[in-house]
Amino acid sequence: MRRGRFTGYWLMLPAGLWLALFFVIPFYSLLATSLFDPEGSVLTGYDVSYRFANFTDALDQFWEPLVRSLWYAAVATAICLVLGYILAYAIAFKAGRWRTLLLVLVIAPFFTSFLVRTLSWKLILADDGFVVDTLQFLHVLGEDGRLLATPVAVIAGLVYNFLPFMVLPLYASLEKIDGRLIEAAGDLYASPSRGFLKVTLPLSKPGVVAGTLLTFIPAAGDYINASLLGSPNQRMVGNVIQNLFTSTGDYATAGALSVILMVIIVAMVMVYIRTAGTEDLV
Amino acid sequence: MTGLQRAGRWIGEHLVLAAGLLVLVYMFVPIAVVMLMSFNDNSKSRNVYAFRDFTWNNWANPCRPDGMCEAVVRSIEIGLLATLVATLLGSLAAFGLVRHNFAGRSIANTVIFLPMASPEIVMGSSLLALFVAGGFGGRLGFVTIFIAHVMFCLSFVIVTVKARLAGLDENLEQAAMDLYASEWTTFWRVTFPLVFPGIAAAALLSFSLSFDDFIITNLNAGQTVTFPMFVWGVAQRGIPMQVNVVGTVMFLISLFLVLGNMLVTRKRAAA
Repeated sequence: MRRGRFTGYWLMLPAGLWLALFFVIPFYSLLATSLFDPEGSVLTGYDVSYRFANFTDALDQFWEPLVRSLWYAAVATAICLVLGYILAYAIAFKAGRWRTLLLVLVIAPFFTSFLVRTLSWKLILADDGFVVDTLQFLHVLGEDGRLLATPVAVIAGLVYNFLPFMVLPLYASLEKIDGRLIEAAGDLYASPSRGFLKVTLPLSKPGVVAGTLLTFIPAAGDYINASLLGSPNQRMVGNVIQNLFTSTGDYATAGALSVILMVIIVAMVMVYIRTAGTEDLV
Repeated sequence: MTGLQRAGRWIGEHLVLAAGLLVLVYMFVPIAVVMLMSFNDNSKSRNVYAFRDFTWNNWANPCRPDGMCEAVVRSIEIGLLATLVATLLGSLAAFGLVRHNFAGRSIANTVIFLPMASPEIVMGSSLLALFVAGGFGGRLGFVTIFIAHVMFCLSFVIVTVKARLAGLDENLEQAAMDLYASEWTTFWRVTFPLVFPGIAAAALLSFSLSFDDFIITNLNAGQTVTFPMFVWGVAQRGIPMQVNVVGTVMFLISLFLVLGNMLVTRKRAAA
């Protein structure tokens, strides 16, 4: 439509170069790092030695935090989906002229420091805090029961931190639904719940898929919640990778673990998108 | 309709809204706690996770904790620089992607989506692997953090500006041209003002992503300390209450900016 056949390329070039140099190529570096001989060190210089045993070694040693990460992320995503759907639905269909304001309020917490917010959860869930006291009073939690340093605290933190990533895509797809379709379902004697299951829910599927991915993927790689709200028993794979890189200096194992995490996530995402059947997502 | 039925219907209508608002309230609980703790005087107590006494001291001496304000300033510097570069490059790319048809456009769209969908720990460790392989392992710091931040902000900028551009009525530009505006004039007088709220939103998002990032930064920072890294460093020992002052200020500033952006957009739409 515009003159200048190459204008598009020129406009795309700087950002494209940046992403190629600092996003795409680093994956190759990571792959090379994962094939180092772990006997080397950063200081003496590494050579790619094609030591594929790094992968099996890493899995042998760290399968537990790896599985735990995927499990926590899955549970957190499921809870986010329920809470996020309620919130997105309320904003899209019930909020009237308050829509924009409520949407702003959804992203507002996102603009406060992630770490500071997570630390304040530590305070909320603390042993002699209000929440624990109440739960003990209601006998949901035993006398010596606690929340901090348990999987519950870590998952609560994950849910809290990634909820906006679920709400926004859900809202975007719910908002696009033509209200007349839901009315039509009602005119055809569908009960509200049936109308929801047969009309609203299927039409919001792109939002469900996008929201699930945008919540699950960062949650699986996160380690801030596990560190601040959990104990070493809730260690996630992110903790391990971070530690191996910054403290232990075992770049080879850390690289291998990073590659394994990425491969698992990509595989899961592909299966998920195929079953959910939303190719027009990207 | 009996009263009972009507009550049932009213609950059905409003229950969803009530439940939704409850979820929203849940999202604000930690922020309320951060604000409350910014007025906490815990100087006489070892337990940093309880409210003791009310004080203005944390607000009066926000820079009391060693190194905190330096870290905040460093985060702001990196944030502004990364925002500037990411917003500029990202906006150009968004124009290219929406307004120009070229081979490889769909591949470009997919690649742009990837950084948003990759776990930060993988992006951070792969960048670190690249820097180490390139011999920059001992020189990690301001520059490597800046490079990383521009990288992960770019996608968010492109997506945000693209959305705004795609929603733009091209007839407006056509009309300007019909009225003998040059291409340049059309861009600056018509297109740019209409896209500006999108660019502003993208810049705001970039800055907050950059200011807030911990996972990627921690891997690529070397000895350089940003605000999230400062918080992380003191988290195990018990955080100084001034951290809550910074959290509160950040929240208020961004809320103000987002609401401002919303009002400007609404006024434009109404006019």
